[in-house]
Amino acid sequence: MSIMEYNGGSCVAMAGKNCVAIASDLRLGVQSISLTNNFPKVFAMGDKTYLGLTGLATDVQTLYELFRYKVNLYKFREERQIQPKTFANLVSSTLYEKRFGPYFSFPVVAGVSNDNTPFICGFDSIGCIDFAEDFIVSGTATEQLYGMCESVYEPNLEPDDLFETISQALLNAQDRDCISGWGCVVYVITADKCIKRLVKGRQD
Amino acid sequence: MESLLAVQGQDFVLTASSSSAVRGITVLKPDDDKSQILNSHNLMLYCGEAGDTTNFAEYIAANISLYTLRHNLNLSPEATASFTRKQLATSLRSRKPYQVNILLAGYETNLGKPELFWLDYLATCVRVPYACQGYSSFYCLSIFDRYYKPDLTIDEAVRIMKLCFDELKKRMPIDFKGFICKVVDKDGIREINI
Repeated sequence: MSIMEYNGGSCVAMAGKNCVAIASDLRLGVQSISLTNNFPKVFAMGDKTYLGLTGLATDVQTLYELFRYKVNLYKFREERQIQPKTFANLVSSTLYEKRFGPYFSFPVVAGVSNDNTPFICGFDSIGCIDFAEDFIVSGTATEQLYGMCESVYEPNLEPDDLFETISQALLNAQDRDCISGWGCVVYVITADKCIKRLVKGRQD
Repeated sequence: MESLLAVQGQDFVLTASSSSAVRGITVLKPDDDKSQILNSHNLMLYCGEAGDTTNFAEYIAANISLYTLRHNLNLSPEATASFTRKQLATSLRSRKPYQVNILLAGYETNLGKPELFWLDYLATCVRVPYACQGYSSFYCLSIFDRYYKPDLTIDEAVRIMKLCFDELKKRMPIDFKGFICKVVDKDGIREINI
């Protein structure tokens, strides 16, 4: 048993035309026992910057609290919102601080920059950044998500089409993973607004 | 082999903790109360490594009353859960982590609603309508899944709890020596007989 698969959960991010989407499942469990179907793994770090955290649930919560604190201080100091690219580097250096006793989480960052360019990236548990133009996957349904994304993703999607694509990718991937699922939450971020949608999924 | 159960109703939380204190194959005590009162409307049920459990529970209780004395502010269930989680999370990456699993039952007096939190020794904290700790989760979560509804009355909750006790008696190979049941509601914390 891997510690990354103790609680279960998956996250995916996709880039579209001047927009990005990030989604996660809602399950939290202890191995095969499900505890709740209301445990979103995507968190707002600014108006147009979002963070997805999968892996060990305690580190998901600890990292969320840590980044919320760091981003709030950044806002006070700089009097502006943090940019996705800047935040990605903050995540990277924060994770590498714990190089020899890491947080057991593989984060995903998705956002739209001030110049309206979409930005997505993923990390390993010690902060190595994986920049991507198309999509980033993370969590216990990683293999299934890669399969779904490789087959349904296409570049330059409009926000509504991107929502459909990412939702189908995640819903169908998590149906093939025992420890992800129980519905999902999807954020679609464009230059002027962000839409959060709760998508119902199989409750088994 | 300890067991904690809790279910939240429309204006209360009903909790139960197994009353046997066991070491190895020996029952040391048949009337062990695995709960700690944190303040007038917050009750913590704990199980896990003997020694760690009571020590941690008393540490949390003492710090919560210290905070209340300093700031003249009663902590809400959510604040209590948040504080407890932080302590456990810090402890997790220390030389010797506390091995304590917790159910936190409380009543938010300002909003007038009950709250229940599930925490494990890894410091995973989650708000739930009903919860179990220990092996009893294999048997009781499905009973709660079947009979729980958000507007549960105290009598209905007691009936569900009884179903759980019967199931544990029927399916588990050990004797829990009964359960100590408590209710947290607007009037505070009280023990009831089921």
